[in-house]
Amino acid sequence: MFDLAKDTNAWACYDCGKCTGTCPIARAGATYSPRRHVLAANLGGGVKVVPDESLSACLTCSLCNQRCPADVDYTELVMRLREVAHGEGHEPECPHGGALQSVMRMMAKGGTTQDRLGWLTDDLNTDPERGGVFYWTGCAMYYDAFFPEFESNGLNGTKAAVRLLNALNVKPVVSPNERCCGHDLLWNGDRENFELLAEYNVNLVKESGASVLVTSCAECLRTWKLDYAPLLAGTDLRVCHLTEYLADNLDILEFSPDGQRKITFQDPCRLGRHLGIYDPPRQLLEAVPGIEFEEMGRKGPGAMCCAGGTWSNCDRFAKKMQVDRLREARATGAEMMVTACPKCQIHFRCAMNDPNLGDEITIEMRDIAEVIVEALAD
Amino acid sequence: MTPTKKGKASANPRKGSSAATKNKAAGGKRKPRTAGKTSTAATKPNAASKPAAKKTAAKPAEKKAAAKPPAAKTVAKEKPAWEPQLIVFACNWCSYAGADTAGVSRIQHQPNFRMIRVMCSGRIQPAFVLRAFEKGADGVLVSGCHFGDCHYIFGNERAAEQFKKTKNMIKLLGIEEGRLRLEWISAAEGARFAQVINEFTDQVRDLGPVPFSKSQPIEQTEDVA
Repeated sequence: MFDLAKDTNAWACYDCGKCTGTCPIARAGATYSPRRHVLAANLGGGVKVVPDESLSACLTCSLCNQRCPADVDYTELVMRLREVAHGEGHEPECPHGGALQSVMRMMAKGGTTQDRLGWLTDDLNTDPERGGVFYWTGCAMYYDAFFPEFESNGLNGTKAAVRLLNALNVKPVVSPNERCCGHDLLWNGDRENFELLAEYNVNLVKESGASVLVTSCAECLRTWKLDYAPLLAGTDLRVCHLTEYLADNLDILEFSPDGQRKITFQDPCRLGRHLGIYDPPRQLLEAVPGIEFEEMGRKGPGAMCCAGGTWSNCDRFAKKMQVDRLREARATGAEMMVTACPKCQIHFRCAMNDPNLGDEITIEMRDIAEVIVEALAD
Repeated sequence: MTPTKKGKASANPRKGSSAATKNKAAGGKRKPRTAGKTSTAATKPNAASKPAAKKTAAKPAEKKAAAKPPAAKTVAKEKPAWEPQLIVFACNWCSYAGADTAGVSRIQHQPNFRMIRVMCSGRIQPAFVLRAFEKGADGVLVSGCHFGDCHYIFGNERAAEQFKKTKNMIKLLGIEEGRLRLEWISAAEGARFAQVINEFTDQVRDLGPVPFSKSQPIEQTEDVA
């Protein structure tokens, strides 16, 4: 526990309470206090002091990390405390009954042949095994199957991403044997299964001979960049988000200027605060001639989270955060909110289903890849 | 066993079964009970007589008899090495009662399943089924009332919606579709319950264990021995 306090710099905490003050859950009205967790870690009490249900309430959005004057890595602390809790047999009350965690654990055990590439059409130029660029699809197909009621077609974003890579004359590897990156298991404290997935996935990508891994999912990106880093040591694999890759090759893309749409951008917490990628998506949106880009009030490092990043919590406070954010998006006058993470879409679309608020908070939502692929010149 | 049951049935005069009338003719409650006792007692000497007969046969044979249990174990190994383990979700009002009907009607069916009763099939969300597979079930049967018969009016329609989702998830994961089944079984359909269970068990047995399977070779033969 003391190592934990050292590793996450919790010992530097001077109890100012800024983390609790900025915490979106605390601000939404929950009796939740990051500071209390930091204090517990410093006292060495671990999860015995910290009630585990409040531990799973954290969004891990990293806003407190951003604001902490003492550089305490609270998000990392929560991840590690959850591991301790998991080890002691505390299982968080997962939303959706833990169905998605079950799916991930089954993938970790392996042994079946997934049918995950049903969305691939003939016009998409991909290779199932080898190539220089590996396109990491993520689990959009699972989410689409699980949330048909939200009409959140995450696969549209995936297809658009492949199309964009093809437009750059890249024939990406899209593997039928990809497994979940393990992000949510790791953030739910299940490091054992995470490590199984990590090892498998890293080998899969190594075998493909790829030197670049591109993904359009912010969570997969964080996992590959930070959590897989020890396994990737010694390789020269470059891991980047689709928006980064496109921004680097912006001069090759040709756009046709038709239509004018006002668009705002939702920074996914993993892409923004966890990895510091704020500019590439904005560069892209500004480069497309048909798009008028409008920022929301809270943007970049201060952007509001979709309140459901790790499938570990969903409650009335999450709902309040989502509704607030959607109101903010509507206030920009934009007709569409674009994001770069499939989960942001699922959670905001869920909030939009509120029958009492109805039109007040509805706004069209798309993945950034979809918007850009539409603007491509034929 | 059976005679005591008959005795119980006789306690309820409303059930005008032939057994009850027989009991009445025998003159009251006590007699069938004693009859039951005597009948079990009658079987006991039989059971006891077998080993006794062996003992009298020859003393060296005793060692052979002692060596028998391990022999039974090898027999268990020779049997099909694997038996499926199934989870059956059944709603309280129709399917569970249907299973009960199968039971009281003494309809034989395969015993490879564990039943989980829920109040309504509408409760069976994908997480339940996925968790069953994750924990090592080889097949999952979801059952509820026929459309129009739901105790909660439309719970089974919700169940069908949820099932569709579950099926899609299972397909993506690469688990064979034959391992998951949805059946509407009413309280009166005991025979159908047994038939569905037999069909489904055979189907899953043909598919073999799921990669996450926890099913072990069944130790039933050992227990019997």
